Amino acid sequence: MAEIKVENLALGYEGDALVENLNFEINSGEYLCIVGENGSGKSTLMRTLLGLQKPMAGNIVFGDDLDSTQIGYLPQQTLVQKDFPASVYEIVLSGFQGSMGLRPFYSHKEKKEASDALERLGITQLKHRCYRELSGGQQQRVLLARALCATKRILLLDEPVSGLDPSAQTEMYQIIRRLNLEGVTIIMISHDVHASLHFASHILHMGSQIFFGTTEEFEESPIGSHYLLKEKKTLGGGHICDLDRVAKIKVKEGK
Amino acid sequence: MLETLQLYFSYPFVRYAFVVGILIALCSALLGVTLVLKRFSFIGDGLSHVAFGGIAIASVMNLSNQMILVLPITVVAAIILLRTGQNTKIKGDAAVAMISVGALALGYMLMNVFSVSTNVSGDVCSTLFGSTSILTIKGFEVWLCVALSAVVLVVFILFYNKLFSVTFDESFAKAVGTKTDHYNLLIAVLIAVVIVLAMNLVGSLLISALVIFPALSAMRLFKSFFSVTVCAAIFSVVCAAAGLIISILAGTPVGATIVTVDMVGFAIFSVIGKIR
Ligand SMILES: Nc1ncnc2c1ncn2[C@@H]1O[C@H](COP(=O)(O)OP(=O)(O)OP(=O)(O)O)[C@@H](O)[C@H]1O
Ligand SMILES: [Mg+2]
Repeated sequence: MAEIKVENLALGYEGDALVENLNFEINSGEYLCIVGENGSGKSTLMRTLLGLQKPMAGNIVFGDDLDSTQIGYLPQQTLVQKDFPASVYEIVLSGFQGSMGLRPFYSHKEKKEASDALERLGITQLKHRCYRELSGGQQQRVLLARALCATKRILLLDEPVSGLDPSAQTEMYQIIRRLNLEGVTIIMISHDVHASLHFASHILHMGSQIFFGTTEEFEESPIGSHYLLKEKKTLGGGHICDLDRVAKIKVKEGK
Repeated sequence: MLETLQLYFSYPFVRYAFVVGILIALCSALLGVTLVLKRFSFIGDGLSHVAFGGIAIASVMNLSNQMILVLPITVVAAIILLRTGQNTKIKGDAAVAMISVGALALGYMLMNVFSVSTNVSGDVCSTLFGSTSILTIKGFEVWLCVALSAVVLVVFILFYNKLFSVTFDESFAKAVGTKTDHYNLLIAVLIAVVIVLAMNLVGSLLISALVIFPALSAMRLFKSFFSVTVCAAIFSVVCAAAGLIISILAGTPVGATIVTVDMVGFAIFSVIGKIR
């Protein structure tokens, strides 16, 4: 059975539909990339999947006993007030809140996992720094570490690499890929079609034309080939971020 | 000077008042941090006026124990204010203003029309600004205050981590399965309790000071949620103790003295924050 199944979903704000008749499903362990122009409703779709806003029509069906406490989420923007006092460690730990139920304090295991997440993202030295004094890219990593702490089964990422430097982008893709290999289902919004095609098992394209299918199907579809053509023209096939290095994990970890 | 203090502290009611005052200051500072950061301070302000209305009704009804009536009224008002603040995007603060001014006017009118007391303006004044000398609550109310403060403290400690996550990023908390609505409700109820408690100490118009000053002062110097919370608590307790002692020695009104000490503390913290 599918982890998440979307049936005839309509999205929008205050009665105006942005997208209608959206249908797709994602199974456990898959890697879905959502691509499309600015304003096509990608973030809106993600917020709707997360239950942060109501769909205008249609259904979202969750698979066997999947509930929101098993979901990790990286928002596109976090509007934190300018003067909010919060240390990096406090924020990352708060990722466990969803799965804690009514238990008041964090366990040793959770504290260790939080430290590991910081380590993985290379921000251990920022542990006790104040969040609002970090750079945009550093903040992004903190929020990703928090998302890692929250996830057990599904990770939803809204443009996780925007604002990161090339080597951090490579690392980020590596981390996401490794999680995926460990069995975490990934749903990621990205403007980096090249990288998306590299890693994703499925692609959802939103905008004037809606497409859903496997990566191979996307490459052969009219929209997909249009993108690939554009990509060749603008980037000359090359890419700043070292995707091949990331892809090697696949070989190394034997999957 | 010391003798005056000694003389005062030899009375049990002064000692009780002191303990109660400090507990109230502690509770209001702890919740104040969440309140300020969640931009809920306007609710606190509105509620203090509702509590004034509640006291007016209680005194007209000649209740010996006013808290019994004022507490439920304020809690209900807190829940209503929270709901209106969430549902309507723009008119939230207008709704709060309406309710609070309405309660104020109604309260004053009730006290004027129905009061049996000969000194109405004195009653109104002490409800608004706190009693002129050291706290006048006694007997059962002292214990009710202590018990309620203890409950607020325990709940705050047990839910500290959840309050942080709901305050820092409510949509994330909701997305990963935290029951944010429940916690918002919890915050509103706690605020209502703290406000009713704090009314005894500083009167309804000055409560906001007790809630806001410690949090804002601590935020000048500290940058993690934990350190801000701890610092706000210590700040508030020290200021309340100093204010109570000064008001005994100098014979100044309790509430106004405590708030003045808070302001001085805030100024000192701001200067230190700038220098560093
Ligand atoms: N809170 C809101 N109220 C009303 N309209 C909104 C709201 N948020 C977004 N929109 C509108 O919905 C449309 C889709 O927004 P959305 O954020 O989902 O786009 P997106 O695909 O994520 O774009 P981007 O690539 O820029 O992140 C936009 O036209 C936007 O103006
Ligand atoms: Mg978006």
